[in-house]
Amino acid sequence: MIFEYIGVKEINGSLIVLDDVDCPSYEEIVEIRLDNGSVRHGRIVTIEGGRAVIQVFEGTRGISLNNTRTRLKGRPMELDLSPEIQGRIFSGVGTPIDGLGRIYPEKRMNVNGTPINPVSRVYPQNYICTGISSIDTLITLIRGQKLPIFSGSGMKHNELAAQIVRQAKIANDEDAKFCIVFAAMGVKNDVADYFRRSFEESGVLGRVTMFLNLANDPIIERILTPRCALTAAEYLAFEHDMHVLVIMTDMTSYAEACREFSSSKGEIPGRKGYPGYLYSDLASLYERAGMIKGHKGSVTQIPILTMPNDDITHPVPDLTGYITEGQIVLDRALDGSGIYPPVSILPSLSRLMKDGIGEGFTRADHAALSNQLFASYAKVQDARSLASVIGEEELSESDKKLLEFGKKFENMFIRQSENEARSMEQSLTLGWELLSELPREELDRVDNETLEKFYHAPESK
Amino acid sequence: MIYATCPETSIIEHRCLVRPDLSGVVESVAPNGKYKINDVIVTIIDDNNKKHELTLCQKWPIRHPRPINDRLYANIPLITGQRVIDALFPIAKGGTAAIPGGFGTGKTMTQHQLAKWCDADIIVYVGCGERGNEMSQVLEEFSSLIDPKSNRPMTDRTCLIANTSNMPVAAREASIYTGITLAEYYRDMGYHVAIMADSTSRWAEALREISGRLEEMPAEEGFPAYLPSRLSEFYERAGLVESLCGKQGSVTIIGAVSPQGSDFSEPVTQNTKRFTRCFWALDKSLAYARHYPAINWLDSYSEYAGDLEKWYCDNVGEDFMKCRERFSALLQEEASLMEIVKLIGSDVLPDDQKLIIEITKAIRVGFLQQNAFHKDDTYVPLSKQLKMMRATLHLYDVAAYAVAQGVPLSKITDSGLFDKIIRIKYDVPNDKEELLDSYTKEIDDVINTFTVS
Repeated sequence: MIFEYIGVKEINGSLIVLDDVDCPSYEEIVEIRLDNGSVRHGRIVTIEGGRAVIQVFEGTRGISLNNTRTRLKGRPMELDLSPEIQGRIFSGVGTPIDGLGRIYPEKRMNVNGTPINPVSRVYPQNYICTGISSIDTLITLIRGQKLPIFSGSGMKHNELAAQIVRQAKIANDEDAKFCIVFAAMGVKNDVADYFRRSFEESGVLGRVTMFLNLANDPIIERILTPRCALTAAEYLAFEHDMHVLVIMTDMTSYAEACREFSSSKGEIPGRKGYPGYLYSDLASLYERAGMIKGHKGSVTQIPILTMPNDDITHPVPDLTGYITEGQIVLDRALDGSGIYPPVSILPSLSRLMKDGIGEGFTRADHAALSNQLFASYAKVQDARSLASVIGEEELSESDKKLLEFGKKFENMFIRQSENEARSMEQSLTLGWELLSELPREELDRVDNETLEKFYHAPESK
Repeated sequence: MIYATCPETSIIEHRCLVRPDLSGVVESVAPNGKYKINDVIVTIIDDNNKKHELTLCQKWPIRHPRPINDRLYANIPLITGQRVIDALFPIAKGGTAAIPGGFGTGKTMTQHQLAKWCDADIIVYVGCGERGNEMSQVLEEFSSLIDPKSNRPMTDRTCLIANTSNMPVAAREASIYTGITLAEYYRDMGYHVAIMADSTSRWAEALREISGRLEEMPAEEGFPAYLPSRLSEFYERAGLVESLCGKQGSVTIIGAVSPQGSDFSEPVTQNTKRFTRCFWALDKSLAYARHYPAINWLDSYSEYAGDLEKWYCDNVGEDFMKCRERFSALLQEEASLMEIVKLIGSDVLPDDQKLIIEITKAIRVGFLQQNAFHKDDTYVPLSKQLKMMRATLHLYDVAAYAVAQGVPLSKITDSGLFDKIIRIKYDVPNDKEELLDSYTKEIDDVINTFTVS
């Protein structure tokens, strides 16, 4: 039996409150019919006895306390899915907005997903070749990983993400089916447009499923956008054996939407006003990356977030870093000196790379090389800070060599053009070439055998 | 009392214990044989003439510590094979340690290394609000890794409790207690158990989340006011004890802490510091330079060093503790010298101070830094650690003498002795420690040529 409730007890921000509801269930979807005949949707977010608090996706503007008819649908939010969703554009709550009509669903799935049992997870080990030297060699992206890009406003994170999409190749598996799910949360119209254009230019648009919630769209939809996108990704990966790359931008807007919503519910705020459960909430999104035993597909996530005021200790990047398997941090100083992609090497990290590189995956010397590059580049920073105090002239001979190495490393290794795809082999060889500029004693992270093979001092050339 | 034993894995014997609160007269006992877990093995009649049936399993409320006979003085070290821990900041069996560090500083890696190599009989690994892929990595890696002591896969002595970050919060709050209760249960059987909690901050956040939903009055940063008392209840369950059945066992707690924004002044880190006796502070700048384990030697401390001194003297070498003290003194001295170097460069220092910088570099790179992926370096026995310390200090002493005699330091550094010390960890395999004995002579020979000429 379906009840329709007439009238609303209370309206507060994006929430409406109903009294004496018969058997409401958590996360249940409701349909709200306004006085003027228009229909809105919402979901139940709090239940206290017969009292149900409903979050209205489209906002509560225009809803009156009387004459509003609310109907409980008896099921949680579900997304219509079929293989045809590729190439389509949806709103933040999963309704098509490209004017091509509704999806004929092959399956409906709950957008909240369910946690994957760690025992049935496959430990990710195959790398994705992005063609970008700094990422491939030092922060290798692994299939099934979640690797966010920490950026700031005005930096080239969108270009970097678009380049990864264009160039990403699954190593050792030529005929793997590859597709992209793109979720935009609170981004500017131009950004969404940039991605659409660059997908189109590189001819991948037919494999992209887009979920768009622009900066001026309701914030409640923003909370659902990544959930819809990940549901679509899981469907494509685990029902249709595809390798899905999910790009989510911008997670900071998402967290802000959570904050706005939480404060309107009257919850006790945690750090900087963000809700205390932000960690669990973000984890429920990020943890949906991975691979499952018995399925061929995989979900790889590249969330993009802008650090407010470039502050990596801000709650959003901080909590994200604790959940994700590493991070790619962009650096404003590099960006300012015109180096693209401005990947800040030292704070960047890929936690899964240690088991996805080396013999059998990339090349036996990969781990030693990347370790040494990290260590040497860290020394470059020390030498630079010393040089800024006592002047470059006063530095010792070995420090001067380091400075030179640092400059070359940034200009030849990190810098590459937006259309340049370097193979793994090329990147590794380039890395050794640069290391060979340094005196051999400086290379303390590599054992003698590897040095013998790859270290070629400039004189011996 | 132990009333039955059965093999759990090939190396662990499960000893079934009578519930601590139960006593009485045995009425019947089943004969030796194969039984299912819920089969009745023993029946007991207690003082009130009530019959109790004992099966092969037991239930225990997780929030109650299991009773013990007596707490013992914790003076046996938990040997981890990690140089910076064993030599500089040792932990006792039955001790407590905290590993705080921001993301990417290697908390989980350090925990994994400890779980793999420490000499406890049983490891309880609680993945509390952490990554799902990390748990599957533990499962995969531990079943393929062979424990050198028993020649069996690591999984045979490991118990995993998985609550990944997207699993329910209420379960996260309970997972820590589940882990410690399991550890206590095996301790009562007479095993040395180490429990790794990764990470206690997630557990504290779960407390906060639940407390927020209950609309309790928050204290610092939204954490409930009872956070310190809950933390102390948890850490106080560690200890080296004599169990009710008269066996000696221990529970060692190693808890990771993930401070928000890498700020060690936040409530969870500060309160944990109050209740643990080892503090292994992980450092971001070390991790950025890929110096792992990124344990900062200036901020970390261990209160067990004094308690363990006797054991090290008796079992490893009389001079172990002395070497340790000299190492930390040198590192301290380097830290104050570095203040000057940062301002005016190292060229202006006199040779004897430059020597300290050179030798501490050898200590940092050659000794403190340890490569978890190198087959020899991932675990280093105590005897080799001692020999490495001796060799390093010998070089320092001889070089200091030579410098005092007027030999320029650059001559000594150019001789490659420092690099040789740094490379000991790769050049000398664990089973050929005797190679290290020749180092002393070589150092003497090289330096002698300088002083003579």
